[in-house]
Amino acid sequence: MKKLVKQERVAMSGDEAIAYAVKQSDVDVVAAYPITPQTIIVEKFGEYVADGEVQTEFVCTESEHSALAASLSASATGARTFTATASAGLALMHEMLFVTSGCRAPVVMAVANRALSAPLNIHGDHSDSIAQRDSGWIQLYVENAQEAYDSVIQAFRIAEDFGVMLPIMVGLDGFTVSHTLENVETLPDEVTKEFVGTRLLPNVLTHENKKVPFKLDPDNPMTMGPMALPNYYFEFKRQQDEAMKNALAVIQKVNDEYAELTGRKYGDGLVETYRLEDAEIAAVCIGSTAGTMKTVVDELRQEGIKAGLLRLRVFRPLPVEEIRTALENVKAVAVLDKSLSFGGNGGAVFHEVRHVLYDSKAKPYVVDYVYGLGGRDASPRELRGIYQDLLQIVNKGVQNPIQYLGLRE
Amino acid sequence: MSSNEEGWKEIAPAGVCSKSSKLFLTGDWKTYMPIRDKAKCTICLTCVVFCPDGAIHWHPEKGDIEFALSFCKGCGICANECPTKAITMKLEQE
Repeated sequence: MKKLVKQERVAMSGDEAIAYAVKQSDVDVVAAYPITPQTIIVEKFGEYVADGEVQTEFVCTESEHSALAASLSASATGARTFTATASAGLALMHEMLFVTSGCRAPVVMAVANRALSAPLNIHGDHSDSIAQRDSGWIQLYVENAQEAYDSVIQAFRIAEDFGVMLPIMVGLDGFTVSHTLENVETLPDEVTKEFVGTRLLPNVLTHENKKVPFKLDPDNPMTMGPMALPNYYFEFKRQQDEAMKNALAVIQKVNDEYAELTGRKYGDGLVETYRLEDAEIAAVCIGSTAGTMKTVVDELRQEGIKAGLLRLRVFRPLPVEEIRTALENVKAVAVLDKSLSFGGNGGAVFHEVRHVLYDSKAKPYVVDYVYGLGGRDASPRELRGIYQDLLQIVNKGVQNPIQYLGLRE
Repeated sequence: MSSNEEGWKEIAPAGVCSKSSKLFLTGDWKTYMPIRDKAKCTICLTCVVFCPDGAIHWHPEKGDIEFALSFCKGCGICANECPTKAITMKLEQE
């Protein structure tokens, strides 16, 4: 085994950890607009620019729509590009999200997950990025500040891979991760720079019948994202779906390589299983709630209850095989949704996990717990109650598949 | 779709055009077409600059301009901008 690289432990919030990862990742352009709880990322990176610690072109735009338009444009010239947003900012980017993925621009964006108005709320839930699940962006959700740092570094490698060439969102829970100080192991600058490498560009055939690098370049003109009518549009969309499938293996490979360097890995890169091997009941969640859930699982295990946890690190592309393998031998599964599809019979994570398990041999019971909307805390005691419900379900079946955790009646 | 068009595995990503827009004749979209009165035209080239489709060409060897009607969409910007009112828009079918 390769010797692990020497790392320095620094106290940082999730936002600061992301700014630091971007600083180290040889990023050419950052275009962003500040919004709570993402603001610290932009502020901190602005300090690096002002202090001359980075050579990055820093563009302060007048809105998030412009921030992503600028990021896409920069990326189209071959530049490595980063931006960050949250909540209403991500909603304002909605149109440009599709343009960016359609132009196959590997922009990396941190999303400090926050509730959407109205009523106005600045706290953490997943409504903002889950609502963008079909925008063609890869979506990673991190558990803590360490993973936020690691994932942003990995994100450039994933997004820029020739088989992928897709933009990527790294979601971190607003305030819970974005604003909480943690010990973060950081890599030396030169090690990070070597790991992310230089952005390479595949060759494409242009209208001049020349094979040239995929970038906007006056010497080799090309048109990206022009009009494609019914005779071509569908083919371009199919390519994006294939790129998403390719991303599954790339995310795993990058996770493995990063582990060799740092000693840290996040499951297989796609999903993280926790005490699931012989579990009879299991919960599925994304984001920081997994930290609390692991403590709850440990307590239950001490009491002889065979509980486990599956954390989806990647929501797009959906790790179908991994979810099925992890859960198909469990008797009952509770899915936690920190967003709600109004009138949609539960939340998006529930829909997708249940969809995957439809093809399993022994279909386990699957129920949904919508929780934490608008940043409402979910205590270990409440989360423990989910597993207690599952024990009942194993014996008596499902009474009510959709539950609201921590809601006043 | 028709078999002479490439499949999704063959085309460049991001809609990068592998064919020139010169092959895509957009002139048949128009309802109105520009008619130039040569007596009024001073060949100031204002219309060449303003045409959003690059469908008015300047030919230095002839010392004159020419409308590429296969690409002109009939928007009428040239007629509107012409300082000597040398261009009028006529219904194409007339």
